[in-house]
Amino acid sequence: MSRLLALLGRETALAWGRGGGPLVTVGFYAGAASLAPLAIGPEPGRLSAVAAGVAWVTLALAALLSLERLFERDYEDGALDLLTLSPVPLEITCAVKCLGQWLATGAPLALAAPVAAVALGASPALAPLILVCALLGGLAFAFVGGAGAALSLGARRGGLLTAVIVLPLFAPPVIFGGGALDAYAAGLPWRAGLSLLAAYAAAAVALSPLAMAAACRNALS
Amino acid sequence: MIFGEKPSAISRLTLTNLSVRRGGRRLFDGLSLELSAGEACALRGANGAGKSSLLRAIAGLTPLEAGEVAFGEADPALARAGGLHLQGHFDGLKPARTAREELTFWRRWEGGDEAGLARAVEELDLGPLLDLEIRRLSAGQRRRLALARLLAAPRPLWLLDEPLAPLDARFRARFAELMAAHLASGGLVLAAVHDPLPGAVKTLELA
Repeated sequence: MSRLLALLGRETALAWGRGGGPLVTVGFYAGAASLAPLAIGPEPGRLSAVAAGVAWVTLALAALLSLERLFERDYEDGALDLLTLSPVPLEITCAVKCLGQWLATGAPLALAAPVAAVALGASPALAPLILVCALLGGLAFAFVGGAGAALSLGARRGGLLTAVIVLPLFAPPVIFGGGALDAYAAGLPWRAGLSLLAAYAAAAVALSPLAMAAACRNALS
Repeated sequence: MIFGEKPSAISRLTLTNLSVRRGGRRLFDGLSLELSAGEACALRGANGAGKSSLLRAIAGLTPLEAGEVAFGEADPALARAGGLHLQGHFDGLKPARTAREELTFWRRWEGGDEAGLARAVEELDLGPLLDLEIRRLSAGQRRRLALARLLAAPRPLWLLDEPLAPLDARFRARFAELMAAHLASGGLVLAAVHDPLPGAVKTLELA
């Protein structure tokens, strides 16, 4: 347990510093979200209709930002060898790395998401649901993204490859979360979308470590 | 092998007819070695002969084309999980973190205790470096940090890849003493070197 806590502390600290850390990620998020009114037009009715959706899709893109370096640095500097030679199964090690990534970037993004949505004109009543969706979605993005990052280890332009691998897998959580937000805004039953999002996040947390560990072993050999 | 905290005892390293292939090229074939507790072996060969690949294969990171690696009575998976240190080309230290942060993390990850780390810091004279960021350290200083990991968490088998290369004369001598102490306590050392390895009783030559 002491090992896992030590690893979580290291991963969070590294993710905090990676690519500028959460400030840059949240800054990118705010910047990208504020482009929407420039493209769609400032008319409040139009903007508020898409506000939650824009905040949600931009979140998925911002989650991609720092994924590239999740395994790459440890792979390049030999730390991944030492992380592998341990009583802790590599699957657990990979899962803890993703959890650190989520704590350092997913959680700050989730706090920014309701603010961005409301600033774009979404109803403040939507804010709690956006926060919950962003927390769950962020978990799914971190774990699915981790699998993409591990698969592109050793490839040139690994970041681009990670995005290409991962973006299709981001589609289901984006659909589920967006569906829940739409339904809630329209006063329709919204729990189904949220449940599907939670199920997707749970599946990602459970399955993606297997893929990450296999991809890391392959890259090391 | 999950979360086994007990360091596994390795009394012997036996390589039998090892063959390793990298990138379509066979690096070596039919390689055998027997190393007992308390013995050090110098691994020699030209650049590219496969010294690093052999060390990684013993650690289970590179697949074998043929042959077998045995760690005495110990189960290979357990032996690799907690019985050996691999000190590779790269030291696995993060430039933006301080020496103290990195050493503390690796000490905890590799299952060492605080007294062991304090002793390692003292032996390798790392005290003045602890609060510096890794990026400020020279190659020799970084290597001393990497070697401190070997001392901070005791593991019987050391697989070292040119451990002495960036060290100055003072720390080469210091490391020779530390290695002698490790061997005296029943440890095993297999080290890829271009210079003589102090205390080595065997030599394995890669053609």
